[in-house]
Amino acid sequence: MKYTAKRIGMLLITMVLVSLLTFVAFSLVSGDPAQTKLGVEATPEALAALRHEWGLDRPLIVRYISWLGGFFTGDLGVSYRYGSPVWSLVAPKLGLTLLMCLMSFLLIVVISIPLGVWSHRWVGGAFDWVHTAFNQLCMAVPPFFTGILLSYAFGILLRVFVPGESIDLGAHLARSLRHLFFAAVCVAIPRIAMTVRMMRATVVGEMNKAYVRTAISRGNDRHGVLWGHVLKNSLVATVTFLGQTMAEIIGGSIVVEQVFGVPGLGSFLVSSINTRDYPVVQTIVVILAFWVVLAGTLADLIDRAIDPRLRLGGTK
Amino acid sequence: MKKKLNGYLLAGLIITGLLLALTILGTFWTPHSPTAQSGLKFEAPSAAHLLGTDKLGRDIFSRVLRGMGTTLSIAVATVLIGAVAGTLIGAVTGYFGGAVDDVLMRLNDAITAFPSILLALVVISILGPQSKINLVLALGLVFIPSFARVTRTAFAGLRDMNYITSARLMGASSGRILALHMLPNTLRVLLPALTIGFNNAVLAEASMSFLRITPLETSLGYMLSESQGMFASAPWYALAAGITIVLQVFGVGLIGEGLQRLNGGDA
Repeated sequence: MKYTAKRIGMLLITMVLVSLLTFVAFSLVSGDPAQTKLGVEATPEALAALRHEWGLDRPLIVRYISWLGGFFTGDLGVSYRYGSPVWSLVAPKLGLTLLMCLMSFLLIVVISIPLGVWSHRWVGGAFDWVHTAFNQLCMAVPPFFTGILLSYAFGILLRVFVPGESIDLGAHLARSLRHLFFAAVCVAIPRIAMTVRMMRATVVGEMNKAYVRTAISRGNDRHGVLWGHVLKNSLVATVTFLGQTMAEIIGGSIVVEQVFGVPGLGSFLVSSINTRDYPVVQTIVVILAFWVVLAGTLADLIDRAIDPRLRLGGTK
Repeated sequence: MKKKLNGYLLAGLIITGLLLALTILGTFWTPHSPTAQSGLKFEAPSAAHLLGTDKLGRDIFSRVLRGMGTTLSIAVATVLIGAVAGTLIGAVTGYFGGAVDDVLMRLNDAITAFPSILLALVVISILGPQSKINLVLALGLVFIPSFARVTRTAFAGLRDMNYITSARLMGASSGRILALHMLPNTLRVLLPALTIGFNNAVLAEASMSFLRITPLETSLGYMLSESQGMFASAPWYALAAGITIVLQVFGVGLIGEGLQRLNGGDA
Protein backbone atom coordinates (compact mmCIF):
# COMPACT_ATOMS: atom_id res chain seq x y z
CA MET A 1 0.00 0.00 0.00
CA LYS A 2 2.86 2.31 0.85
CA TYR A 3 4.29 1.59 -2.56
CA THR A 4 0.98 2.29 -4.26
CA ALA A 5 0.80 5.67 -2.54
CA LYS A 6 4.38 6.45 -3.54
CA ARG A 7 3.76 5.39 -7.13
CA ILE A 8 0.65 7.55 -7.33
CA GLY A 9 2.66 10.45 -5.90
CA MET A 10 5.25 9.96 -8.65
CA LEU A 11 2.46 9.81 -11.20
CA LEU A 12 1.08 13.15 -10.02
CA ILE A 13 4.52 14.76 -10.12
CA THR A 14 5.10 13.53 -13.69
CA MET A 15 1.67 14.79 -14.69
CA VAL A 16 2.39 18.25 -13.27
CA LEU A 17 5.78 18.28 -15.01
CA VAL A 18 4.31 17.18 -18.32
CA SER A 19 1.48 19.71 -18.22
CA LEU A 20 3.78 22.52 -17.06
CA LEU A 21 6.25 21.85 -19.90
CA THR A 22 3.43 21.83 -22.42
CA PHE A 23 1.72 24.92 -21.04
CA VAL A 24 4.87 27.04 -20.87
CA ALA A 25 6.01 25.93 -24.31
CA PHE A 26 2.71 26.85 -25.92
CA SER A 27 2.43 30.13 -24.00
CA LEU A 28 5.80 31.10 -25.40
CA VAL A 29 4.91 30.32 -29.01
CA SER A 30 1.38 31.63 -29.08
CA GLY A 31 2.56 35.26 -28.79
CA ASP A 32 -0.48 37.46 -28.41
CA PRO A 33 -3.52 35.45 -29.50
CA ALA A 34 -5.81 38.48 -29.04
CA GLN A 35 -3.79 40.41 -31.61
CA THR A 36 -3.85 37.45 -33.97
CA LYS A 37 -7.60 37.08 -33.64
CA LEU A 38 -8.47 40.77 -34.04
CA GLY A 39 -5.76 41.76 -36.51
CA VAL A 40 -3.33 44.69 -36.52
CA GLU A 41 -5.99 47.37 -36.78
CA ALA A 42 -7.77 46.45 -33.56
CA THR A 43 -8.26 49.21 -31.01
CA PRO A 44 -6.33 48.87 -27.72
CA GLU A 45 -9.66 48.71 -25.88
CA ALA A 46 -10.90 45.76 -27.92
CA LEU A 47 -7.58 43.98 -27.45
CA ALA A 48 -7.65 44.52 -23.69
CA ALA A 49 -11.24 43.31 -23.52
CA LEU A 50 -10.46 40.11 -25.43
CA ARG A 51 -7.31 39.48 -23.40
CA HIS A 52 -9.38 39.88 -20.27
CA GLU A 53 -12.07 37.57 -21.63
CA TRP A 54 -9.47 34.88 -22.40
CA GLY A 55 -7.71 35.50 -19.10
CA LEU A 56 -4.47 36.50 -20.82
CA ASP A 57 -3.95 39.51 -18.56
CA ARG A 58 -3.10 37.28 -15.61
CA PRO A 59 0.43 36.07 -14.75
CA LEU A 60 1.63 32.85 -16.39
CA ILE A 61 1.62 30.76 -13.24
CA VAL A 62 -1.95 31.77 -12.34
CA ARG A 63 -3.06 30.86 -15.85
CA TYR A 64 -1.30 27.53 -15.58
CA ILE A 65 -2.96 26.63 -12.28
CA SER A 66 -6.42 27.60 -13.44
CA TRP A 67 -5.86 25.68 -16.69
CA LEU A 68 -4.70 22.59 -14.81
CA GLY A 69 -7.76 22.91 -12.57
CA GLY A 70 -9.79 22.98 -15.75
CA PHE A 71 -9.16 19.26 -16.21
CA PHE A 72 -11.42 18.77 -13.20
CA THR A 73 -13.91 21.57 -13.76
CA GLY A 74 -14.08 21.28 -17.54
CA ASP A 75 -13.00 24.88 -18.08
CA LEU A 76 -9.95 24.57 -20.34
CA GLY A 77 -10.23 27.88 -22.08
CA VAL A 78 -11.68 28.86 -25.43
CA SER A 79 -10.65 27.61 -28.86
CA TYR A 80 -9.18 30.41 -30.99
CA ARG A 81 -10.57 28.78 -34.10
CA TYR A 82 -14.14 28.04 -33.03
CA GLY A 83 -14.58 30.48 -30.15
CA SER A 84 -16.29 27.75 -28.12
CA PRO A 85 -15.02 26.06 -24.94
CA VAL A 86 -12.15 23.63 -25.59
CA TRP A 87 -13.64 20.91 -23.45
CA SER A 88 -16.91 20.77 -25.38
CA LEU A 89 -14.90 20.34 -28.60
CA VAL A 90 -12.51 17.74 -27.25
CA ALA A 91 -14.84 15.58 -25.11
CA PRO A 92 -16.80 13.86 -27.92
CA LYS A 93 -13.56 13.03 -29.75
CA LEU A 94 -11.85 11.68 -26.66
CA GLY A 95 -14.25 8.73 -26.46
CA LEU A 96 -13.63 7.64 -30.05
CA THR A 97 -9.85 7.73 -29.72
CA LEU A 98 -10.03 5.98 -26.36
CA LEU A 99 -12.20 3.24 -27.81
CA MET A 100 -9.95 2.76 -30.82
CA CYS A 101 -6.80 2.60 -28.69
CA LEU A 102 -8.40 0.11 -26.31
CA MET A 103 -9.47 -2.09 -29.22
CA SER A 104 -5.94 -1.97 -30.51
CA PHE A 105 -4.54 -2.76 -27.09
CA LEU A 106 -6.89 -5.72 -26.66
CA LEU A 107 -5.88 -7.08 -30.05
CA ILE A 108 -2.24 -6.84 -29.06
CA VAL A 109 -2.79 -8.62 -25.75
CA VAL A 110 -5.03 -11.37 -27.14
CA ILE A 111 -2.84 -12.14 -30.14
CA SER A 112 0.70 -11.55 -28.97
CA ILE A 113 0.70 -13.32 -25.60
CA PRO A 114 -0.24 -16.79 -26.90
CA LEU A 115 1.89 -16.25 -29.99
CA GLY A 116 4.83 -15.08 -27.89
CA VAL A 117 4.69 -18.12 -25.61
CA TRP A 118 4.19 -20.49 -28.48
CA SER A 119 6.93 -18.93 -30.63
CA HIS A 120 9.76 -20.23 -28.47
CA ARG A 121 9.21 -23.54 -30.23
CA TRP A 122 10.54 -21.98 -33.40
CA VAL A 123 13.88 -21.12 -31.88
CA GLY A 124 16.69 -22.96 -33.58
CA GLY A 125 14.25 -24.78 -35.85
CA ALA A 126 14.52 -25.00 -39.61
CA PHE A 127 11.89 -22.32 -40.08
CA ASP A 128 13.17 -19.97 -37.41
CA TRP A 129 14.29 -17.54 -40.07
CA VAL A 130 10.82 -17.44 -41.66
CA HIS A 131 9.34 -16.50 -38.33
CA THR A 132 11.97 -13.86 -37.62
CA ALA A 133 11.83 -12.38 -41.10
CA PHE A 134 8.02 -12.20 -40.99
CA ASN A 135 8.24 -10.53 -37.62
CA GLN A 136 10.67 -7.92 -38.96
CA LEU A 137 8.41 -7.38 -41.97
CA CYS A 138 5.39 -6.70 -39.75
CA MET A 139 7.41 -4.19 -37.77
CA ALA A 140 8.40 -2.44 -40.99
CA VAL A 141 4.88 -1.74 -42.25
CA PRO A 142 3.74 1.77 -41.36
CA PRO A 143 0.17 1.73 -39.97
CA PHE A 144 -1.04 4.23 -42.55
CA PHE A 145 0.09 1.99 -45.40
CA THR A 146 -1.75 -0.97 -43.86
CA GLY A 147 -4.66 1.44 -43.53
CA ILE A 148 -4.73 2.19 -47.25
CA LEU A 149 -4.51 -1.53 -48.09
CA LEU A 150 -7.20 -2.58 -45.61
CA SER A 151 -9.50 0.26 -46.67
CA TYR A 152 -9.31 -1.08 -50.20
CA ALA A 153 -9.58 -4.77 -49.37
CA PHE A 154 -12.29 -4.63 -46.72
CA GLY A 155 -13.91 -1.33 -47.61
CA ILE A 156 -14.11 -1.38 -51.39
CA LEU A 157 -13.74 -5.04 -52.37
CA LEU A 158 -15.47 -6.83 -49.50
CA ARG A 159 -17.66 -3.93 -48.33
CA VAL A 160 -17.32 -4.76 -44.66
CA PHE A 161 -17.26 -1.07 -43.89
CA VAL A 162 -17.67 2.15 -45.84
CA PRO A 163 -14.39 4.09 -46.09
CA GLY A 164 -14.86 7.77 -45.45
CA GLU A 165 -18.25 7.29 -43.84
CA SER A 166 -18.73 9.48 -40.80
CA ILE A 167 -18.35 7.58 -37.59
CA ASP A 168 -21.16 8.07 -35.11
CA LEU A 169 -21.43 5.56 -32.32
CA GLY A 170 -24.88 6.80 -31.36
CA ALA A 171 -26.45 6.61 -34.82
CA HIS A 172 -25.05 3.36 -36.20
CA LEU A 173 -23.07 1.53 -33.58
CA ALA A 174 -22.22 -1.71 -35.38
CA ARG A 175 -21.01 -0.01 -38.55
CA SER A 176 -18.92 2.47 -36.63
CA LEU A 177 -17.37 -0.28 -34.53
CA ARG A 178 -16.41 -2.24 -37.66
CA HIS A 179 -14.83 0.89 -39.06
CA LEU A 180 -12.88 1.51 -35.86
CA PHE A 181 -11.86 -2.13 -35.69
CA PHE A 182 -9.93 -1.93 -38.96
CA ALA A 183 -8.22 1.23 -37.82
CA ALA A 184 -7.27 -0.55 -34.60
CA VAL A 185 -5.85 -3.51 -36.56
CA CYS A 186 -3.52 -1.20 -38.49
CA VAL A 187 -2.14 0.29 -35.31
CA ALA A 188 -1.84 -3.13 -33.69
CA ILE A 189 0.12 -5.06 -36.36
CA PRO A 190 3.62 -3.64 -35.81
CA ARG A 191 3.06 -3.63 -32.04
CA ILE A 192 2.01 -7.28 -32.06
CA ALA A 193 5.23 -8.13 -33.89
CA MET A 194 7.28 -6.24 -31.32
CA THR A 195 5.51 -7.80 -28.36
CA VAL A 196 5.92 -11.32 -29.78
CA ARG A 197 9.60 -10.67 -30.37
CA MET A 198 10.09 -9.38 -26.86
CA MET A 199 8.09 -12.21 -25.29
CA ARG A 200 9.96 -14.80 -27.27
CA ALA A 201 13.27 -13.60 -25.88
CA THR A 202 11.86 -13.60 -22.34
CA VAL A 203 10.30 -17.06 -22.64
CA VAL A 204 13.47 -18.53 -24.12
CA GLY A 205 15.42 -17.02 -21.24
CA GLU A 206 13.03 -18.54 -18.71
CA MET A 207 13.02 -21.94 -20.40
CA ASN A 208 16.78 -22.22 -19.83
CA LYS A 209 16.42 -21.75 -16.09
CA ALA A 210 16.92 -24.52 -13.58
CA TYR A 211 13.35 -24.55 -12.29
CA VAL A 212 12.02 -25.47 -15.71
CA ARG A 213 14.47 -28.34 -16.03
CA THR A 214 13.51 -29.52 -12.54
CA ALA A 215 9.81 -29.28 -13.23
CA ILE A 216 10.13 -31.24 -16.46
CA SER A 217 12.48 -33.86 -15.00
CA ARG A 218 9.98 -34.45 -12.23
CA GLY A 219 7.56 -35.58 -14.87
CA ASN A 220 5.48 -32.44 -15.36
CA ASP A 221 4.02 -32.10 -18.76
CA ARG A 222 5.88 -29.58 -20.94
CA HIS A 223 2.73 -27.74 -21.83
CA GLY A 224 1.78 -27.31 -18.21
CA VAL A 225 5.21 -25.98 -17.32
CA LEU A 226 5.15 -23.58 -20.25
CA TRP A 227 1.70 -22.13 -19.63
CA GLY A 228 1.77 -22.40 -15.85
CA HIS A 229 5.27 -21.54 -14.68
CA VAL A 230 7.06 -19.94 -17.58
CA LEU A 231 4.21 -17.67 -18.67
CA LYS A 232 3.75 -16.46 -15.12
CA ASN A 233 7.43 -15.64 -14.80
CA SER A 234 7.48 -13.87 -18.15
CA LEU A 235 4.45 -11.76 -17.35
CA VAL A 236 6.22 -8.99 -15.44
CA ALA A 237 8.43 -8.08 -18.38
CA THR A 238 5.44 -8.36 -20.69
CA VAL A 239 3.17 -6.13 -18.63
CA THR A 240 5.88 -3.46 -18.42
CA PHE A 241 6.34 -3.69 -22.18
CA LEU A 242 2.60 -3.47 -22.82
CA GLY A 243 2.43 -0.39 -20.59
CA GLN A 244 5.01 1.29 -22.78
CA THR A 245 3.16 0.12 -25.87
CA MET A 246 0.28 2.41 -24.94
CA ALA A 247 2.39 5.41 -25.96
CA GLU A 248 3.03 3.90 -29.38
CA ILE A 249 -0.61 2.96 -29.86
CA ILE A 250 -1.62 6.56 -29.26
CA GLY A 251 1.12 7.77 -31.59
CA GLY A 252 -0.06 5.34 -34.26
CA SER A 253 -3.69 6.29 -33.81
CA ILE A 254 -2.92 9.95 -34.56
CA VAL A 255 -1.85 8.96 -38.05
CA VAL A 256 -4.34 6.16 -38.66
CA GLU A 257 -7.28 8.39 -37.78
CA GLN A 258 -6.40 10.40 -40.89
CA VAL A 259 -6.55 7.33 -43.12
CA PHE A 260 -9.88 6.08 -41.84
CA GLY A 261 -11.41 9.50 -41.35
CA VAL A 262 -12.01 8.86 -37.66
CA PRO A 263 -13.02 12.19 -36.11
CA GLY A 264 -10.93 11.54 -32.99
CA LEU A 265 -8.32 13.46 -31.04
CA GLY A 266 -5.57 12.74 -33.58
CA SER A 267 -7.32 14.33 -36.55
CA PHE A 268 -8.41 17.24 -34.38
CA LEU A 269 -4.86 17.69 -33.11
CA VAL A 270 -3.41 17.83 -36.61
CA SER A 271 -5.99 20.31 -37.88
CA SER A 272 -5.54 22.42 -34.74
CA ILE A 273 -1.78 22.50 -35.22
CA ASN A 274 -2.27 23.64 -38.79
CA THR A 275 -4.55 26.49 -37.67
CA ARG A 276 -2.40 27.33 -34.61
CA ASP A 277 -5.30 26.78 -32.26
CA TYR A 278 -3.00 26.46 -29.24
CA PRO A 279 -5.59 26.07 -26.44
CA VAL A 280 -6.91 22.98 -28.21
CA VAL A 281 -3.44 21.66 -29.06
CA GLN A 282 -2.11 21.91 -25.52
CA THR A 283 -5.20 20.28 -24.07
CA ILE A 284 -5.05 17.30 -26.45
CA VAL A 285 -1.30 16.93 -25.96
CA VAL A 286 -1.67 16.84 -22.19
CA ILE A 287 -4.62 14.43 -22.28
CA LEU A 288 -2.63 11.99 -24.44
CA ALA A 289 0.48 12.32 -22.27
CA PHE A 290 -1.56 11.78 -19.07
CA TRP A 291 -2.92 8.66 -20.63
CA VAL A 292 0.56 7.30 -21.34
CA VAL A 293 1.79 8.06 -17.82
CA LEU A 294 -1.31 6.46 -16.37
CA ALA A 295 -0.75 3.29 -18.41
CA GLY A 296 2.85 3.10 -17.17
CA THR A 297 1.76 3.46 -13.55
CA LEU A 298 -0.95 0.86 -13.97
CA ALA A 299 1.58 -1.55 -15.49
CA ASP A 300 3.89 -1.05 -12.51
CA LEU A 301 1.09 -1.70 -10.03
CA ILE A 302 -0.02 -4.83 -11.91
CA ASP A 303 3.60 -6.05 -11.92
CA ARG A 304 3.68 -5.82 -8.16
CA ALA A 305 0.43 -7.70 -7.86
CA ILE A 306 1.82 -10.48 -10.08
CA ASP A 307 5.31 -10.78 -8.63
CA PRO A 308 5.65 -11.02 -4.84
CA ARG A 309 9.39 -10.39 -5.09
CA LEU A 310 8.68 -6.83 -6.14
CA ARG A 311 6.34 -6.39 -3.18
CA LEU A 312 8.97 -7.56 -0.70
CA GLY A 313 11.05 -4.48 -1.32
CA GLY A 314 12.97 -6.05 -4.17
CA THR A 315 14.52 -3.98 -6.88
CA LYS A 316 12.28 -1.72 -8.83
CA MET B 1 30.97 -16.62 -30.27
CA LYS B 2 32.11 -17.12 -33.81
CA LYS B 3 31.96 -13.88 -35.74
CA LYS B 4 30.58 -14.72 -39.10
CA LEU B 5 28.15 -13.10 -41.42
CA ASN B 6 24.72 -14.54 -40.73
CA GLY B 7 21.79 -14.77 -43.09
CA TYR B 8 19.91 -11.85 -41.58
CA LEU B 9 22.88 -9.55 -41.81
CA LEU B 10 23.56 -10.62 -45.40
CA ALA B 11 19.93 -10.25 -46.53
CA GLY B 12 19.66 -6.91 -44.76
CA LEU B 13 22.87 -5.63 -46.31
CA ILE B 14 21.75 -6.72 -49.79
CA ILE B 15 18.34 -5.02 -49.52
CA THR B 16 19.78 -1.89 -47.96
CA GLY B 17 22.67 -1.83 -50.43
CA LEU B 18 20.34 -2.05 -53.43
CA LEU B 19 18.08 0.68 -52.06
CA LEU B 20 21.09 2.83 -51.28
CA ALA B 21 22.39 2.42 -54.85
CA LEU B 22 18.94 3.46 -56.17
CA THR B 23 18.86 6.39 -53.76
CA ILE B 24 22.27 7.64 -54.91
CA LEU B 25 21.18 7.19 -58.51
CA GLY B 26 17.99 9.14 -57.77
CA THR B 27 19.90 12.07 -56.35
CA PHE B 28 21.72 12.60 -59.63
CA TRP B 29 19.50 11.13 -62.27
CA THR B 30 15.86 10.19 -62.65
CA PRO B 31 14.24 8.91 -65.86
CA HIS B 32 11.78 11.80 -65.81
CA SER B 33 11.47 14.91 -63.72
CA PRO B 34 10.06 13.96 -60.31
CA THR B 35 8.08 17.19 -60.08
CA ALA B 36 7.02 17.98 -63.65
CA GLN B 37 4.37 16.32 -65.79
CA SER B 38 5.74 13.70 -68.14
CA GLY B 39 2.69 11.72 -69.22
CA LEU B 40 -1.06 11.43 -68.93
CA LYS B 41 -2.57 11.11 -65.50
CA PHE B 42 -2.87 7.68 -63.89
CA GLU B 43 -0.98 5.82 -66.60
CA ALA B 44 -0.48 2.19 -65.66
CA PRO B 45 3.10 0.91 -65.32
CA SER B 46 4.79 0.59 -68.72
CA ALA B 47 8.26 0.67 -70.26
CA ALA B 48 8.19 4.47 -70.34
CA HIS B 49 6.86 4.80 -66.81
CA LEU B 50 8.08 1.81 -64.82
CA LEU B 51 5.71 2.46 -61.92
CA GLY B 52 3.06 4.43 -63.79
CA THR B 53 2.09 8.07 -63.31
CA ASP B 54 0.18 9.95 -60.62
CA LYS B 55 -2.83 12.26 -60.75
CA LEU B 56 -0.71 15.06 -62.23
CA GLY B 57 0.95 12.81 -64.80
CA ARG B 58 4.26 12.75 -62.94
CA ASP B 59 6.46 9.66 -63.24
CA ILE B 60 6.09 7.66 -60.02
CA PHE B 61 9.37 5.79 -60.42
CA SER B 62 11.24 9.09 -60.55
CA ARG B 63 9.30 10.36 -57.56
CA VAL B 64 10.08 7.25 -55.56
CA LEU B 65 13.79 7.52 -56.43
CA ARG B 66 13.90 11.13 -55.32
CA GLY B 67 11.66 10.44 -52.32
CA MET B 68 14.00 7.76 -51.02
CA GLY B 69 16.75 10.39 -50.91
CA THR B 70 14.51 12.79 -48.97
CA THR B 71 13.56 10.11 -46.47
CA LEU B 72 17.12 8.83 -46.13
CA SER B 73 18.68 12.25 -45.59
CA ILE B 74 16.09 13.20 -42.97
CA ALA B 75 16.37 9.86 -41.18
CA VAL B 76 20.18 9.95 -41.12
CA ALA B 77 20.27 13.54 -39.86
CA THR B 78 17.66 12.72 -37.23
CA VAL B 79 19.49 9.66 -35.96
CA LEU B 80 22.78 11.57 -35.90
CA ILE B 81 21.29 14.30 -33.71
CA GLY B 82 19.62 11.75 -31.46
CA ALA B 83 22.62 9.44 -31.22
CA VAL B 84 25.31 12.07 -30.67
CA ALA B 85 23.37 14.11 -28.11
CA GLY B 86 21.89 10.98 -26.51
CA THR B 87 25.26 9.24 -26.21
CA LEU B 88 26.84 12.35 -24.68
CA ILE B 89 24.05 12.63 -22.11
CA GLY B 90 24.03 8.89 -21.46
CA ALA B 91 27.83 8.75 -21.08
CA VAL B 92 27.96 11.63 -18.62
CA THR B 93 24.97 10.52 -16.54
CA GLY B 94 25.97 6.86 -16.59
CA TYR B 95 29.61 7.47 -15.69
CA PHE B 96 29.28 10.22 -13.10
CA GLY B 97 25.84 9.44 -11.65
CA GLY B 98 24.75 11.77 -8.87
CA ALA B 99 22.42 14.75 -9.01
CA VAL B 100 22.90 15.46 -12.73
CA ASP B 101 21.90 11.89 -13.42
CA ASP B 102 18.76 12.16 -11.26
CA VAL B 103 17.60 15.42 -12.78
CA LEU B 104 18.28 14.44 -16.38
CA MET B 105 16.64 11.05 -15.98
CA ARG B 106 13.48 12.54 -14.41
CA LEU B 107 13.31 14.97 -17.32
CA ASN B 108 13.83 11.99 -19.61
CA ASP B 109 10.85 10.26 -17.98
CA ALA B 110 8.65 13.30 -18.47
CA ILE B 111 9.64 13.54 -22.14
CA THR B 112 9.04 9.86 -22.84
CA ALA B 113 5.48 10.38 -21.57
CA PHE B 114 4.78 11.91 -24.97
CA PRO B 115 4.33 9.41 -27.80
CA SER B 116 7.12 10.16 -30.28
CA ILE B 117 4.88 11.35 -33.09
CA LEU B 118 3.00 13.58 -30.66
CA LEU B 119 6.28 15.05 -29.37
CA ALA B 120 7.50 15.67 -32.90
CA LEU B 121 4.20 17.40 -33.71
CA VAL B 122 4.50 19.56 -30.59
CA VAL B 123 8.11 20.50 -31.23
CA ILE B 124 7.47 21.35 -34.84
CA SER B 125 4.47 23.48 -33.99
CA ILE B 126 6.64 25.29 -31.44
CA LEU B 127 9.58 25.76 -33.83
CA GLY B 128 7.17 27.46 -36.16
CA PRO B 129 7.59 27.79 -39.92
CA GLN B 130 7.42 24.21 -41.00
CA SER B 131 10.55 23.48 -42.99
CA LYS B 132 12.82 20.52 -43.61
CA ILE B 133 15.37 21.81 -41.07
CA ASN B 134 12.72 22.15 -38.38
CA LEU B 135 11.42 18.67 -39.12
CA VAL B 136 14.93 17.27 -38.66
CA LEU B 137 15.38 19.23 -35.43
CA ALA B 138 12.02 18.12 -34.09
CA LEU B 139 12.58 14.46 -34.90
CA GLY B 140 16.19 14.59 -33.68
CA LEU B 141 15.05 15.97 -30.34
CA VAL B 142 12.48 13.21 -30.07
CA PHE B 143 15.16 10.56 -30.45
CA ILE B 144 17.56 11.90 -27.79
CA PRO B 145 15.86 10.34 -24.72
CA SER B 146 15.87 6.77 -26.01
CA PHE B 147 19.55 6.93 -26.99
CA ALA B 148 20.38 8.56 -23.67
CA ARG B 149 18.67 5.75 -21.80
CA VAL B 150 20.36 2.93 -23.72
CA THR B 151 23.84 4.41 -23.47
CA ARG B 152 23.39 5.40 -19.83
CA THR B 153 22.72 1.78 -18.91
CA ALA B 154 25.74 0.61 -20.91
CA PHE B 155 28.09 3.19 -19.41
CA ALA B 156 26.82 2.61 -15.88
CA GLY B 157 27.45 -1.13 -16.33
CA LEU B 158 31.05 -0.52 -17.37
CA ARG B 159 31.82 2.08 -14.74
CA ASP B 160 33.02 -0.33 -12.07
CA MET B 161 34.84 -2.77 -14.32
CA ASN B 162 38.43 -3.42 -13.32
CA TYR B 163 39.98 -2.11 -16.50
CA ILE B 164 38.18 1.19 -16.04
CA THR B 165 39.30 1.46 -12.43
CA SER B 166 42.90 0.72 -13.42
CA ALA B 167 42.75 3.28 -16.22
CA ARG B 168 41.53 5.80 -13.67
CA LEU B 169 44.32 4.84 -11.26
CA MET B 170 46.87 5.31 -14.00
CA GLY B 171 45.68 8.89 -14.21
CA ALA B 172 43.63 8.77 -17.40
CA SER B 173 41.25 11.71 -17.67
CA SER B 174 37.49 11.13 -17.58
CA GLY B 175 37.18 12.24 -21.17
CA ARG B 176 39.82 9.74 -22.27
CA ILE B 177 38.22 6.92 -20.32
CA LEU B 178 34.78 7.70 -21.73
CA ALA B 179 35.86 8.10 -25.33
CA LEU B 180 38.64 5.54 -25.70
CA HIS B 181 37.90 2.85 -23.15
CA MET B 182 34.17 2.81 -22.66
CA LEU B 183 32.67 3.97 -25.95
CA PRO B 184 34.10 1.09 -28.03
CA ASN B 185 32.66 -1.34 -25.52
CA THR B 186 29.20 0.18 -25.73
CA LEU B 187 29.07 -0.27 -29.51
CA ARG B 188 27.58 -3.68 -28.90
CA VAL B 189 24.37 -2.07 -27.68
CA LEU B 190 24.78 1.17 -29.59
CA LEU B 191 24.81 -0.38 -33.08
CA PRO B 192 21.48 -2.26 -32.75
CA ALA B 193 20.05 0.87 -31.11
CA LEU B 194 21.19 2.83 -34.17
CA THR B 195 19.36 0.48 -36.54
CA ILE B 196 16.19 0.67 -34.45
CA GLY B 197 16.56 4.44 -34.24
CA PHE B 198 17.00 4.70 -37.99
CA ASN B 199 13.86 2.68 -38.62
CA ASN B 200 11.85 4.73 -36.16
CA ALA B 201 13.15 7.85 -37.86
CA VAL B 202 12.10 6.62 -41.31
CA LEU B 203 8.64 5.75 -40.02
CA ALA B 204 8.35 9.03 -38.10
CA GLU B 205 9.37 11.06 -41.15
CA ALA B 206 6.89 9.14 -43.27
CA SER B 207 4.15 9.78 -40.69
CA MET B 208 4.93 13.48 -40.50
CA SER B 209 4.84 13.93 -44.25
CA PHE B 210 1.79 11.70 -44.46
CA LEU B 211 0.06 14.12 -42.08
CA ARG B 212 1.33 16.92 -44.34
CA ILE B 213 2.86 18.75 -41.44
CA THR B 214 5.88 19.64 -43.52
CA PRO B 215 5.64 20.56 -47.18
CA LEU B 216 8.00 17.94 -48.56
CA GLU B 217 6.73 17.44 -52.08
CA THR B 218 8.93 14.44 -52.84
CA SER B 219 8.70 12.31 -49.75
CA LEU B 220 7.41 8.76 -49.62
CA GLY B 221 4.98 9.59 -46.82
CA TYR B 222 3.60 12.56 -48.74
CA MET B 223 3.16 10.38 -51.83
CA LEU B 224 1.21 7.87 -49.78
CA SER B 225 -1.09 10.59 -48.50
CA GLU B 226 -1.62 11.77 -52.10
CA SER B 227 -2.43 8.25 -53.20
CA GLN B 228 -5.07 7.82 -50.51
CA GLY B 229 -8.50 7.13 -51.91
CA MET B 230 -7.11 6.37 -55.37
CA PHE B 231 -6.22 2.80 -54.68
CA ALA B 232 -9.03 1.47 -56.82
CA SER B 233 -8.02 3.51 -59.88
CA ALA B 234 -4.24 3.64 -59.45
CA PRO B 235 -3.05 0.99 -57.00
CA TRP B 236 0.54 1.27 -58.26
CA TYR B 237 0.89 4.72 -56.71
CA ALA B 238 0.24 3.66 -53.10
CA LEU B 239 2.03 0.34 -53.57
CA ALA B 240 5.19 1.92 -55.01
CA ALA B 241 5.57 4.40 -52.17
CA GLY B 242 4.41 2.03 -49.43
CA ILE B 243 6.52 -0.95 -50.43
CA THR B 244 9.59 1.28 -50.72
CA ILE B 245 9.12 2.45 -47.12
CA VAL B 246 8.57 -1.14 -45.98
CA LEU B 247 11.75 -2.31 -47.76
CA GLN B 248 13.82 0.52 -46.32
CA VAL B 249 12.77 -0.34 -42.79
CA PHE B 250 12.82 -4.10 -43.36
CA GLY B 251 16.39 -4.07 -44.70
CA VAL B 252 17.79 -2.11 -41.79
CA GLY B 253 15.69 -4.18 -39.38
CA LEU B 254 17.35 -7.34 -40.69
CA ILE B 255 20.77 -5.75 -40.27
CA GLY B 256 19.87 -5.00 -36.67
CA GLU B 257 18.64 -8.54 -36.13
CA GLY B 258 21.86 -9.89 -37.64
CA LEU B 259 24.04 -7.64 -35.50
CA GLN B 260 22.24 -8.74 -32.37
CA ARG B 261 22.73 -12.39 -33.21
CA LEU B 262 26.42 -11.80 -33.94
CA ASN B 263 26.69 -10.46 -30.43
CA GLY B 264 24.96 -13.53 -29.07
CA GLY B 265 22.08 -11.45 -27.80
CA ASP B 266 18.47 -12.39 -28.33
CA ALA B 267 18.35 -16.07 -29.30
